[in-house]
Amino acid sequence: MSFLEVDKVSKRFGGLLAVSDASFTVAEGSITGLIGPNGAGKTTLFAIVSGFEPPTSGQVRWRGQPITGRPPHVLAGAGIARTFQIVQPFAGLSVRENIAVGAFLRHRRRADALEVAEQVAARVGLSAELDKPAAALTVAGRKRVELAKALATAPQLLLLDEVLAGLNPSEVRDIVPVVRAIRDSGVTVLMIEHVMQAVMNLCEAVHVLAQGRIIASGTPAEVVAAPAVIEAYLGHGAAARLARHA
Amino acid sequence: MTPRDLLPILAFAALAALVPILVTAGTTLNFAIFTLILCLAAQGWNILGGYGGQYSFGHAAFFGTGAYAAALLQLKLGISPYGAFATGIAAAATVGFVIGFLSFRSGLRGSYFALVTLAFAEVFRVLANAVEFTGGAAGLLIPIDVRPANFQFASRASFYLVALGLVVVALVMTRALERARLGAQLVAVRENEQAARALGVDVLRVKLSAITLSAGITGAAGALYAQYFLYIDSNIAYGSWISVEALLAPIIGGAGTLFGPIVGAVLLHSLAEFTKSLVGRIPGVDLVIFGVLLILVVRFPPRDLPGLIRRRLGR
Repeated sequence: MSFLEVDKVSKRFGGLLAVSDASFTVAEGSITGLIGPNGAGKTTLFAIVSGFEPPTSGQVRWRGQPITGRPPHVLAGAGIARTFQIVQPFAGLSVRENIAVGAFLRHRRRADALEVAEQVAARVGLSAELDKPAAALTVAGRKRVELAKALATAPQLLLLDEVLAGLNPSEVRDIVPVVRAIRDSGVTVLMIEHVMQAVMNLCEAVHVLAQGRIIASGTPAEVVAAPAVIEAYLGHGAAARLARHA
Repeated sequence: MTPRDLLPILAFAALAALVPILVTAGTTLNFAIFTLILCLAAQGWNILGGYGGQYSFGHAAFFGTGAYAAALLQLKLGISPYGAFATGIAAAATVGFVIGFLSFRSGLRGSYFALVTLAFAEVFRVLANAVEFTGGAAGLLIPIDVRPANFQFASRASFYLVALGLVVVALVMTRALERARLGAQLVAVRENEQAARALGVDVLRVKLSAITLSAGITGAAGALYAQYFLYIDSNIAYGSWISVEALLAPIIGGAGTLFGPIVGAVLLHSLAEFTKSLVGRIPGVDLVIFGVLLILVVRFPPRDLPGLIRRRLGR
């Protein structure tokens, strides 16, 4: 029984097959990467796993139980939290209140939720910004708020949709240990990421999605060497040309 | 909720309770009672619109249901006015739940939700005007029988204090909501529905709780109106005037703030009375002023007046 199992999932938007027969698993306690060229269907796949979109066909199983098509708030309650690629702050609220919304999922009392929010803020390095309005933060700060909100729901599986996109190299270096610490605290992480330096650094397993299909799975070192992956990124015949020049 | 959270409400109650001691003129008290009824209606709107961001243009549906239920139960079934009052609140809350269920479940938001609520209120108005049971166009007259046991008071001051008591109850409920999980989730839904769902907020349940509570409070205002003026017809109870009043006061005073509806209602009505006395009794002059104010507020949103004043004074 897998921790999370995506089984032959397809998603069709009208004439566009965004995800085609995608199957992969995520092991408990791992940091698993989902990479692929733009438009490969990664975010759609995330939306399906987190309940925001129902798949056209196929199934998602969570600890052996089918969870396909359950609404997001039910899945959040079950322990699956997600972040959004385009950050979705509660713009009019302070950082503390933003994080507390997540904490309210497991804590009925306001005092408890606010306390959890402070603890989570410390984990992602936001302690100094707690009382600022979320809208006043930098991109890096907003990405951390996005992470903190999801983390405050006390998830078992955290789906990170490009938390590093738009950050400069030093900001990426700062946040990589945060993600690792989250995993070390017992939260399994599935991350969509374009920043390969971080993927190579963080992930134990990587699945590569191209044109809606999973074209390779394995360790980061394995997949970047796989001809299918090179061709997906660089075009048909690229793998052979690279091999000739090497 | 801590005692400190209730302090501003207590201060407001104490100040407002002084009014009937300082003022004895019947017209002024009449004006104050009417303003309190509008405060209550606006406080109801504020919960759904201010905290929840679901702008209803049809709170008349709840105001009118409260008013008609309170009047009809006394007149047709001989229920005690207090029982009728409580049932009026329950009836308005039920109507709120049903309208909420129909519109939120179909995912109506923003202007679509506003239009649907407006349509519901209009349907109720037309029905109340046409059906014999509700007195049709002639309306309903509650017979004068001045006894406290009958929810009718000889002195305006007593009624003023009853109205003030209800406004204070609504304020305490709003403060409790602010401090509760439901309040935090409601504000989250207003700020970003998608993000709220991702964080485990059952958006439909939160919206339904808010509209039920909101409708109940505005329904209380309607029932109180019927009990004070002892006369309602469809254009009073379900008329669009009350929908406009209920939303304009919080928007001007500060939507989603505790005292916003009260600041707004008092401001609007002082202004309306002032213009009326200035330009004489041209019917509808206050509505022209309201219209101009609404345009100005939409064009230059003031956030909230207390906040603005605090910023001006320099923190």
